[in-house]
Parts: sequence; C-alpha cells; structure tokens
Amino acid sequence: MAMMDHSAVAMPPSPALSRMIAGLRFLRRHPVILFGLVVLLASIVVALAAPYLLPDPKAINPIYRLRPPGEAFWFGTDHLGRSILSRSLHGTRISLAVGIMVAVAVTLAGVTVGLLSGFLRRFDSLMMRVMDGIMAIPGVLLAIALMSLFGSSLQNVVIAISIPEIPRMARLVRSAVLSIREQPYIDAAITNGTRLPRLLFRHVLPNTMAPVLVQATYVFASAMILEAVLSFLGAGTPPEVASWGNMMAEGRQYLQRAPWMAAFPGVMLAFLVLTVNVVGDAMRDVLDPRLAGKLK
Amino acid sequence: MTGYLVRRLLATIPVLGLVAVFVFLLLQMTPGDPAVVIAGDYATTQQVEAIRQQLGLDRPMLEQLMAWLGRLAQGDLGVSIFSRLPVTNLIAQRIEPTLVLTLFTVVLSIAFALPLGVLAAYRAGSWVDRAVMGFAVLGFSTPVFVVGFLLVYVFALGLEWFPTQGYVPLAEGLFGSLRSLTLPAITLALLYAALLARVTRASMLEVLAEDYVRTAHAKGLAPQPVLVGHALKNAAVPIVTVVGVGIAALLGGVVVTETVFNIPGLGRLTADAIMRRDYPVVQGLILLFAGVYVVINLLVDLSYMLFDPRIRL
Repeated sequence: MAMMDHSAVAMPPSPALSRMIAGLRFLRRHPVILFGLVVLLASIVVALAAPYLLPDPKAINPIYRLRPPGEAFWFGTDHLGRSILSRSLHGTRISLAVGIMVAVAVTLAGVTVGLLSGFLRRFDSLMMRVMDGIMAIPGVLLAIALMSLFGSSLQNVVIAISIPEIPRMARLVRSAVLSIREQPYIDAAITNGTRLPRLLFRHVLPNTMAPVLVQATYVFASAMILEAVLSFLGAGTPPEVASWGNMMAEGRQYLQRAPWMAAFPGVMLAFLVLTVNVVGDAMRDVLDPRLAGKLK
Repeated sequence: MTGYLVRRLLATIPVLGLVAVFVFLLLQMTPGDPAVVIAGDYATTQQVEAIRQQLGLDRPMLEQLMAWLGRLAQGDLGVSIFSRLPVTNLIAQRIEPTLVLTLFTVVLSIAFALPLGVLAAYRAGSWVDRAVMGFAVLGFSTPVFVVGFLLVYVFALGLEWFPTQGYVPLAEGLFGSLRSLTLPAITLALLYAALLARVTRASMLEVLAEDYVRTAHAKGLAPQPVLVGHALKNAAVPIVTVVGVGIAALLGGVVVTETVFNIPGLGRLTADAIMRRDYPVVQGLILLFAGVYVVINLLVDLSYMLFDPRIRL
C-alpha cells in the first residue's frame, strides 16, 4: 500500500500509528477497495486453514459418488465421491499461490527490464525487440508450449504464466521511466554526482510505483485465469492436484449429470478474479485517474 | 505511403525472425533427445538414429537453424510427427472453423460493444454507464470455459436451442454453420466485447468534451448524428487499435473455446499437438498466429488514415 505513505498526516505522533490511521481513513473513503481486501483476506485465511478444517480433498469414497449438494455434502461430490467443498476450498490455495507468485515474478522482472531499458539505449533496442517477439505470440499458446517443455508442476506453471506477462509490465515501466528521466530532479541528482544504481532505486523507481502496482493486480487476476486454463487443457498443475482448472476439466464430462462439479470451482474462480480486477480498477482511479485509458 | 508500407513490412522481419528463432529453440530445449521423443517409447536405436539424421539433429545447431529458416522462407513448415502429413496441409484442413468462428466473434462483439460504449459515454455516470462498466469488468473476470459451460448448460442441455458441441462446415449451409458456432462465438465475444466497450467509452468521453461536439449540439443537430458522425469517427483510432490488439487475446481464447465445444479448428489442433508433443505442428501454428498478429497490427495502423486524415503515414 504505497499510496498511504504519501497521504500521511503532517505532524505525526509516531510514524507507524499515523500511517495506520491514514490507511484506515483511506479505506473508509474507498469502500470498494475495503470490500475487495476483505474478500482477499478471507480467501487467504480459507486457503491457509483448509487443510485443518476440511476432510482430505483426495479421499475417494465411491459409495457417495456424484451426490448433489445437500446436508452431508454442502457442495456435492464428484465422480470419485470426493467432497467438492473440500476440493474447491483447497483449490483456493493453488489459485492464490499462482496469482501471487506470478504477480511478484512479473513485477520484479518487468521493473528490472523496464528500468534498465529506460536508461541504457543499447539494452533498450535489443530488449524491446525481444519483448515485441514475445508479445506477438498469444499468451495462452506460449504458456501451453512452455508447459509442454517443462512438464507439469506448480513451479513450472508459475514460470510459464509469467513469461508472456512480462513484456507489458516492462513496457509500462519503461514508458514511465522515459518521462521521469526528463524531470528536473533527475538532472539535479545527476549533477550532484548520484551513481546509476542509487539514481534508479532512490529517484526513478519510487515514481513508477503507482502504475506498476495497478498493473500487478491485473497480472494477479489474469494469472489465476491462465492457471485454470492450463489445468483445464491438461497442461497445468498435475491432474491429482485439486485445482479449479482440473476440477472443471473433470466436471466437463459430467456437465449434464452433475453440473455442481464444474459450477462451484467456476463460480469461485470468477468471483475471486472479479474481486481482484475491481480492486485494481479502484486503485487505478484513486492513484491516477489519467491512467484509465492506458492500462489494461 | 508506399515508403511507409515497405518500412513497416521490413520492420516485421526482425519480430517474426525472433519468433522463428524462439520456436526453433523450443525443439532444442526439449528435455532429453528430441529424436528419442519423436521416435516414441518402442523405437529401436537404429530408428532413433534414422530420425536424428532425417531431421539433421546430428549437425551443429547453427547449421540446423539456418536450414530451418531456409525451409521456412519457402513456406515449408515440416511434417507432423503424429500424422506424417505436411504441417501446411494440416493447417489448411483446420482453418475454416477457426476463421468463421473468429469473424463471427469479431462481428458480434463490435455490433454489441460499440453501441454500448457510445451510450455509456453519452450518459456518463448514469445507471446505463454503470451497467456497461459492470458488464466490462465481469467480461474480463469470467474465464472463457466458465462462460462456455454456463451457455452449454442453459442453451444446449436445458433449452436445446443449440448443439452442445461440434461444427457444421460452411459447405453444408451458412445457417447451420453459424448455429453450431453461436454459443462458442458468444463465449469468445464476452472478453473481447468487454475490452471494446471499455475503450469505446473512454475514447468517446474524451471526444464528447471537444468544442466541435458542443457546436454540433448547439446548432441543433439531433444527438444521433452528433454521436456517430462527429464523435465516434474521431474516437475511432484507439478503438480500432484495441480491435487489433484484442485479436491476440481472441486467438488465445480460440484454443480454449474450441476445446470446450469440440470444434475441429486450429485451436484444437494446437491443443492436441501440444499434448502429443508434435513439435513441428506446434512450431508452425505459433508462427502462423504470430504472423496473423503482426499483419493485423499493420492493417490497424493503415486504417488510422481512414479515420483521421491528419495522420499521414
């Protein structure tokens, strides 16, 4: 929450406390962000608590196969008698983990490439051609192709989803850096003899953070979708893992007899992605209304 | 204009070249020996060796790359490992459903999203505006197969208005063909229409604040000609850009949609080829998609002149 730092009160009693107060005020003025954060926190809690509260998502129970949602099984059971409730909530773990890891990886890689491209001409012309090349391949295709090379594991899913997302982040940071570079305070810093690393991290980087933060939430959202797509196509998390994409792929065979098999993971995925996107939009509007047309 | 076109076409060469090199490396990066993978589990050493020689895998990598690029330049995409057919033939067989589906989706999206975006901008802040923007966020957030399942469940399994899956070729009649593609097209269109509605609204909002729009209103023109003739035409450049950029997202969505609806198009071919590790087919398809993307972006840039005569290329 970088924006809280800027809106901190003028004469703080203690920096930590004043930041917290400013943060709470900020959330009260922006209920959408508050709501989104509450939903996200709740899903994180669910994700962390799922293994302790719920039965084993892999426990097979053929007697209870394809049970509709009811008292014994709130969300019903699948073709092997596994609890959809347990599997759906365990699926939260995969989606959130992939979303967060991809968002962090893409931000780190994109910021690095973008910062260096904005300052080093040679590096820029080479790197931007590489980025163009990656962008010319549809993201889903690139991710599936990479998965077919790496083999299915959670770690490989994160890598395969991150690579197609990096160019947009890199371009965003680069364009921000190019306009920041022309600012007087950069000239001043250079005149003062500031070295390149300090110049980049102390003077340039903080000023690119607003659009980066917003873009990172969009990456978070689209990574969760892409993970489900990969698993759905059989190129994502290993089939025995209870991820939403895997559950929907299994549910596809039973769409007529047991629609709940695909419905619960599908609705949960859509809801979580929607929440993240709405938070991203709200943050964009708050941080910089001018960004409205440029991002996404 | 001609000079610009030539320069732009030349500029696509490094991008496509990079994609080609990347696609080449795809096969090189395969864990283990590609010849072993291609030969399959039950191949003898001699068979593996034969494949290695046939593909030139025993030669230096740079030489292999050059030979591969040379064949590409002649339009030779290689032979499928799985079906032993030339990749170009496979693509030709499967291109019709994908082409019809994509065109159908683009037409559907534009017909739906453009009026909505214009209306949202014209009535900015009203419930119409909020509904359209809500729809847009929903469109971004709902995964393609979730929409697909929902539509199949309601309109195919429940109401039985449309078939659940499959494709009727154009040769058997346009109506039947479009009917078989209606649900897939709606599925694909949701994301694309959301993107379009959003950018149409944003672009229209900017133009509606211009003096000439106020003048047009002031001289007593009806809202419709002002919106379409004055505003939309001037708001077109960003909209057309997104129409082009969105095609890339659409091609990704095609892979999923064709799998959900069992349509024998390029998307299914891609998914199947990847699952079977049929690398020549994967390479050819990725190159094709990248080529389409580059050409569409070129067309988009050229279309700017149509909408804004001030832009001279």
